[in-house]
Amino acid sequence: MVDKNISERKAKYLQKQRLVDLIVPIIAIIAGLIVGAIFMLIIGAEPIKAYIVLWNSSFGSLRGFGEMLVNTVPLIFTGLAVAFGFKIGLFNIGGDGQFLVSYLAAAYIGYMFQLPMYIHLPFALVAGIIAGGVWGGIAGYLKAKLGIHEVITTIMFNYIALHLVGYLVGGPLKAEGPLPATPKIFDTAKLPRFVPNMRIHYGIFLALAVAVLIYYILWKTTFGYEVRATGQNPDAAQFGGINVARNMVLAMFISGALAGLAGSTQALGLEYRAYQPFGFVGYGFTGIAVALVGKGHPVGVVLGALLFGVLSRGAMMMQSMVGVPKEVIEIIQAIIIMFIASEYIFKYLARKWRERKGGVADAS
Amino acid sequence: MASGNNLAVEMKGITKRFPGVIANDRVDFELEKGEIHALLGENGAGKTTLMNCLYGFLNADEGEIFINNKKVEVTDPNVAINHGIGMVHQHFMLVPPFTVTENIVLGKEPTENNMIDYKTANQNVRDISKQYGLNVEPTAKVQDISVGMQQRVEILKALYRGADILILDEPTAVLTPQEVEELVKIMESLTDEGKSIIFITHKLKEVQSIADRVTVIRSGKLIDTVKTDTVTTNELANMMVGREVILEVEKEEANPGEVVLEVEDLYAKNDRDLMALNGTSFSVKRGEILGIAGVDGNGQTELTEVLTGLRKKEKGTIKFKGREITKPQTKRLFEEGISHIPEDRQKRGLIMEFKLYENLILGRHDRKPYASGLNLNNKKIKEEARRLIKEYDIRTPSETVQAKSLSGGNQQKLIIAREFDRKPDLLIAAQPTRGIDVGAIEYIHNSLIGQRDNNKAILLISLELDEILSLSDRVAVIYEGKIVDILDIEDATEEKLGLMMAGAESEEVKGGGQVG
Ligand SMILES: Nc1ncnc2c1ncn2[C@@H]1O[C@H](COP(=O)(O)OP(=O)(O)OP(=O)(O)O)[C@@H](O)[C@H]1O
Ligand SMILES: [Mg+2]
Repeated sequence: MVDKNISERKAKYLQKQRLVDLIVPIIAIIAGLIVGAIFMLIIGAEPIKAYIVLWNSSFGSLRGFGEMLVNTVPLIFTGLAVAFGFKIGLFNIGGDGQFLVSYLAAAYIGYMFQLPMYIHLPFALVAGIIAGGVWGGIAGYLKAKLGIHEVITTIMFNYIALHLVGYLVGGPLKAEGPLPATPKIFDTAKLPRFVPNMRIHYGIFLALAVAVLIYYILWKTTFGYEVRATGQNPDAAQFGGINVARNMVLAMFISGALAGLAGSTQALGLEYRAYQPFGFVGYGFTGIAVALVGKGHPVGVVLGALLFGVLSRGAMMMQSMVGVPKEVIEIIQAIIIMFIASEYIFKYLARKWRERKGGVADAS
Repeated sequence: MASGNNLAVEMKGITKRFPGVIANDRVDFELEKGEIHALLGENGAGKTTLMNCLYGFLNADEGEIFINNKKVEVTDPNVAINHGIGMVHQHFMLVPPFTVTENIVLGKEPTENNMIDYKTANQNVRDISKQYGLNVEPTAKVQDISVGMQQRVEILKALYRGADILILDEPTAVLTPQEVEELVKIMESLTDEGKSIIFITHKLKEVQSIADRVTVIRSGKLIDTVKTDTVTTNELANMMVGREVILEVEKEEANPGEVVLEVEDLYAKNDRDLMALNGTSFSVKRGEILGIAGVDGNGQTELTEVLTGLRKKEKGTIKFKGREITKPQTKRLFEEGISHIPEDRQKRGLIMEFKLYENLILGRHDRKPYASGLNLNNKKIKEEARRLIKEYDIRTPSETVQAKSLSGGNQQKLIIAREFDRKPDLLIAAQPTRGIDVGAIEYIHNSLIGQRDNNKAILLISLELDEILSLSDRVAVIYEGKIVDILDIEDATEEKLGLMMAGAESEEVKGGGQVG
């Protein structure tokens, strides 16, 4: 009898916990939108109109929806990359560099070889995974062996990637013609598109499958256990016979490979070649926000990537259709991140509120 | 009993529930002005919870709190601090790279032109420190000072904020016997100044010698509050556990077999790169408990770490089950049959954010039956966890709560369960009963003896001389990284060991013994 009572109460508690996990992002989004509206009013734009455009840009038409998913694909990958790094206690902000090296590696395989599709496409993807993985893995190695902070190395490797890829695409690997880009990849290396006349490609399914895979690795395998143990308490992990250094390198390899997949799918599913980069596209950076919003959980990351996918598409449309500068969307994004990061405040308020309510209920 | 206005604290009908647990069930507690009041109870009885309610760290679900006869809603620690309450937690809350002064004034810095006035701050700290005989160096960094000193910093922090009522949560658990004596002096000088102290401990002797009154709680319920000079230690033990507790360890004569661990001429450095083991040699046989006695900081930590592959040795040989281990690796050693109860459960022993079942497989997580291939067998893991929780009487609502929600003693039991269940040939137990209640100590001591009788070799490293004396079959005294001597238990007396622990050669001790 007592036991039943306990498990019931626990179940209720867990339900409540899950509710809080859901409510916080929703409140954050609403708060972001309200602040965004205030800014629009200040600059003389019409928030309601703008928000209708924002909504319709992703959900008003099939085409819009597809384009929104196109934005989402790389964010799922970079979000997972950051989240996976967090799990072992490392902060991978080198997503943009890993993106670029994979982007080029995948495109290179795509145009250099002529193979049947079932070999060519996986080959190109694997090349991208290895490129990004090595880029991240080096940072992991420097951290594990020499104790150099991964934030510094990943930032440095971003710039190395930017200039290396810029040089290669502008020089040795440049296609003939005026365009600063590699030659086009063969059809056999392309990620197929599955809705006629739309750009959305199989990368979205790959992203979802990888999210499931990452969940599986983290919670269902011994390696995932070691990663989480190391992230939570490296001393105890070491005590448990876990090879902390090896796991750090491996985890950073995986993190880099994940960010790399964002680049490969961009090359193989969307652009069909690698263009010379002007600067960072910023998927790696937005990935940090996605991982934060998603609480480092793969499901959360997918939802977070969708959110940012919607916002970034909306930003473009709001600017072109109602003349709201896209910076307003950036403000909204910032507010959302801030609110979610300061979840503590919510928890505190929720507790206060519950206590007050609880007190009244008890008295009655 | 006492006239109402003599009370520093009065708590009435305090109830605090956690999911699945009632940590405090209508508990009444009172603290008179100027007294030292001990709070006694098993692990998980709700002592820390009750004090957290008083300090505002937790909010009680029901009940009233009066401080100096005024009803106070202690909604958060600031309220408590403003009413003159200070708390030193079971696990310290200091910022290691900060200096003593910086830690003490944190959040209440004396300022001059918006700058922190360190000169005044240091002087203030020095003054208070002197007033109560605390002897703390204000400019030292917290990470460089001993645990005992860190505790004084915590006490100073409370005093600096004007505390008249001090809560000390298991202050002696982390101290050496010498440090305990000094702490007692400090506590007495505090009560002489009219301050009142609540003192949580598991050591019944301390309750008797330090406290004026004692309140016993069991499973969240108040059992009684009594004057310490009206009860015996045995009565106290029975009150807190609710059954007869045998404080003496009963064991048969040891029946040692072949040598399992042989250490010869071992050298190793500590974290500060100084030699901490200076040619340590000893051996442990199957079926015996070798106790290592010594004052904290004489190489005990380094010894366990080298033996478990967590620290590099500089020189010397380690033989385990007849084979020399040239490069000790934690994982290999585990697999070959060494288990280790680490001295610091929060640092090395547990992953606080992990669930109990996840903690229970640490070190075995990649082996059958917990893993098959690369995959974890979560169903089996949980099943085994439930078995261990039952077998080792770990008090928890379920195996799926985080380790950090367990009380300190139950966290220790979690480690013990995991390490015993490995069925090792050699068990290295460092401070196995630190912070554990008498009931659980009885259990752990009996389990250690049981392991011994089961033909395992046990290396017991403890700062508690009592524990060494009651468990060991042989006692090795370590001093400055060297084994001074190894005595059979019949020859080991508290006085002899005490002298040797202070560095006296065993010849001198023996000589002294003959004269006396
Ligand atoms: N934050 C928490 N969440 C859930 N349960 C908790 C929490 N803190 C304490 N408990 C539970 O409340 C009970 C009382 O715990 P408490 O820490 O007060 O024990 P204690 O008497 O201080 O024990 P110990 O001597 O081992 O430190 C335990 O069953 C514990 O598991
Ligand atoms: Mg406690």
